[in-house]
Amino acid sequence: MEIKFSEQKLKEVNELISHYPEGKQKSALIPLLHIAQGEFGGWLDTPVMDYVAEILNILPIEVYEVATFYTMFNMKPVGKHLLEVCHTGPCMLNGSDDIIDYIKEKLGIGPGETTADGMFTLKPAECLGACGYAPMMQLGKTYREHLTKEKIDKLIEELRTQSSN
Amino acid sequence: MGVGLSDAICCFLVLKMARKLLLENDHIEGIRYYDTYRKNGGYRAAEKALKMTPEEIVEEVKKSGLRGRGGAGFPTGLKWSFLAKPDGVPRHLVCNADESEPGTFKDRYLMEFHPHLFIEGLLISSFALGSNTTYVYIRGEYAWIPDILEQAIAEAKNNGWLGKNILGTGFDCEIYVHRGAGAYICGEETALIESLEGKRGNPRMKPPFPAVQGVWMRPTVVNNVETLAAVVPIINIGGEEYAKIGVGRSTGTKLLSVCGNVNKPGVYEIDMTCSVEEFIYSDEYCGGIANGRKLKACIPGGSSVPILPANLLLKTAKGETRYMNYESLNDGGFITGSMMGSGGFIVLDDNQCVVRHTMTLARFYNHESCGQCSPCREGTGWMYKILKNIETGKGKMSDIDLLWDIQRKIDGNTICPLGEAAAWPVAAAIRHFRDEFEWHVTNPEESQNRNFGLAHYADPIHVPAGA
Repeated sequence: MEIKFSEQKLKEVNELISHYPEGKQKSALIPLLHIAQGEFGGWLDTPVMDYVAEILNILPIEVYEVATFYTMFNMKPVGKHLLEVCHTGPCMLNGSDDIIDYIKEKLGIGPGETTADGMFTLKPAECLGACGYAPMMQLGKTYREHLTKEKIDKLIEELRTQSSN
Repeated sequence: MGVGLSDAICCFLVLKMARKLLLENDHIEGIRYYDTYRKNGGYRAAEKALKMTPEEIVEEVKKSGLRGRGGAGFPTGLKWSFLAKPDGVPRHLVCNADESEPGTFKDRYLMEFHPHLFIEGLLISSFALGSNTTYVYIRGEYAWIPDILEQAIAEAKNNGWLGKNILGTGFDCEIYVHRGAGAYICGEETALIESLEGKRGNPRMKPPFPAVQGVWMRPTVVNNVETLAAVVPIINIGGEEYAKIGVGRSTGTKLLSVCGNVNKPGVYEIDMTCSVEEFIYSDEYCGGIANGRKLKACIPGGSSVPILPANLLLKTAKGETRYMNYESLNDGGFITGSMMGSGGFIVLDDNQCVVRHTMTLARFYNHESCGQCSPCREGTGWMYKILKNIETGKGKMSDIDLLWDIQRKIDGNTICPLGEAAAWPVAAAIRHFRDEFEWHVTNPEESQNRNFGLAHYADPIHVPAGA
């Protein structure tokens, strides 16, 4: 895969950089890493981070140290669908541990693991700010709330169908 | 008799009709969009404020008694008055929308459903502080909200509320939404500033304070979403009127986000005059404990404030009714009280295990420690491991004292308050629920099959004579 943003993405990148004062383009680093992760396979490989460093005219190490600090950046490949299930206090009170166990059993994977077909990765997450709608998970850009085993069945079915089409 | 009764009913109605300022228009369909918001009195405060001087706005906010709604409760007007104004140096307002304190999801509600109220607050505050470029630092996981905010910003701009020379005042203002990427620590204002500069979220040493050297070393004010939204009603009704709502130094209204084992979890606006008991059991708010169970414990202000057993939550150690405001929740200090914090109200029923709950919080803080200060970096990991041992029936009695010792050594020995945030929940859990911890140690097998239960945690408080 060639590591290069499309014309349209580059426009978005330059628009982002323009939000910060002249010479402070490094401020756009985290927003750019979000775009890069979305564009280049759902994780941040070293060449991807180097490319971002080049765009922002900063040292590669400045990108690595940031990418490794923030939970949302994946430092190794993940499945097509990343299931991030919150298990902090408020979600735990509402049965998030059972939800995690159910997904483990259903997909035959442990925390941090990916299914053999590369479809799903399970990642227990710390508080995502949906405590009143627990148990919940983050799936891409959205939250799935008030989870039950039935909802998990339906969701996984949906994602499988969606991917096979 | 008849008059007396109707008076009583009137009085009752007044008491029940808690004043709403932020969620007043919550029921109006389409309030998320500009036209509906404007038709329902939106941007009236901005019109008024832009005719005032920045100093007059700061004065109104000071008079209102508004305290920071992110958790610390510092007076907002005072914070604004600290902002340095050196010639020729731009200054910035940065909104802290990193909302990551477990139990807290009120800012999400405001941004998702009332984006224009939030933007109006940002505009007025930017004008008051002289910020021509204002940033909203939003937690990365709220990935769908930037779209909502950006749409609202575009609508506001199209209608002349943002951009150049707003309403012919000569004031220019742009608002940009900046996404974080998953780091609780970025809710700490100096870590947030570092992150906004494209760095790791390591908190800075203070001084210098952000008001003097903040983002890009420019004078900066960092305020929570709810705080900035509250500026709208303050300008609309005036600081003095705002200060009349609530009680004592708890002025105005406060958003509470309720979670855990209640019938109606969600976001509620209170005027800080209702009792904790009313808040939990009335149908207007939480609607009581779910599944007919009993109240065991509660963390009233986000995961880092002290947990209280049912008896100390509803009444103070002096046997007085506890109210939902800054002072009353804090009555008794750390020994028998708690804090309003961020308003993340976490309720535990009698079937919940305080040890397990505390363990998840310790794991959270361990995960979120930035790693700069060793007491926090190492201590949070130790606390998690020890709590995990106790919870899984592998604990020793001496572990409880060890936990106490570790939390004391974290507290006050770190650059930022994450250390305290991690230490306090452990300290309070041991302080109030020590026998539940001991029961896990002495009953390692039984504790894996059942929970300790309500025990004596809801028993009436014994108030010593003369107290």
